[in-house]
Amino acid sequence: MKITDIIQALDLKIISGQNGLSNEIKGGYVSDLLSDVMGNATEGQIWITLQTHQNIIAIASLKEISAIILVKGSLPENDTIEKSNTENIPVLSSDLDTFSIAGRLFDILKME
Amino acid sequence: MQFKHKIAGGDFAKAGNIASSVKKILRQLNIDHAVSKRIVIALYEGEVNVVAHAYSGIVDVDIDEEKIKITITDKGPGIADIEQAMEEGYSTATPQVREMGFGAGLGLSNMKKNSDSMNISSVPAEGTIVELITYIKPDAR
Repeated sequence: MKITDIIQALDLKIISGQNGLSNEIKGGYVSDLLSDVMGNATEGQIWITLQTHQNIIAIASLKEISAIILVKGSLPENDTIEKSNTENIPVLSSDLDTFSIAGRLFDILKME
Repeated sequence: MQFKHKIAGGDFAKAGNIASSVKKILRQLNIDHAVSKRIVIALYEGEVNVVAHAYSGIVDVDIDEEKIKITITDKGPGIADIEQAMEEGYSTATPQVREMGFGAGLGLSNMKKNSDSMNISSVPAEGTIVELITYIKPDAR
């Protein structure tokens, strides 16, 4: 499934990293602890978090994460947006909380 | 092949830059993807440790046909009890650092899990040296 399909299905707002929107999604990971993501997330996943600072892009890039969803209407900091555009890693935003957005994403990916 | 990078303590904006450049080199060298993933995780955590805890640090990377050796040498407060520091969940990070999602006490254990051998030596109030060795062919461990 492509990120664009997920954006539509989950009504996500595209904040930055538009050039990465054709990335494929191979699952999801939910965590706000950066070392947990570093140690356990895998390539091609979409990462749901409430962290908004630029280190999330460094991690997503190193781990080859497809996109990041920020929860509860959070917006990234400016340097996060810049890095997201350079690294082509889309940052998306949802008004829902982590539990709700993860649940919906799980349902969509389960049908694949 | 040898190269050296500097890390400035407290500079979170650059945390991960060394891991990123090493990742590119490993890709150019056609290193097995699974092996390079482990090296990148371990090196990232090492960089973050210097940024979060030390005043400055140097990363030496030495790649030969058999293995990749990474030595991270910092000037900083050192580690008083290495065994305790290795425990998952133990961290001396400040509340500000934890708020950013760092300082979960998982860094050193991530480094150990993602290298074939890890050696730490430290002198309190002077600094810490972490040596990571990873074999390029997974069956050579």
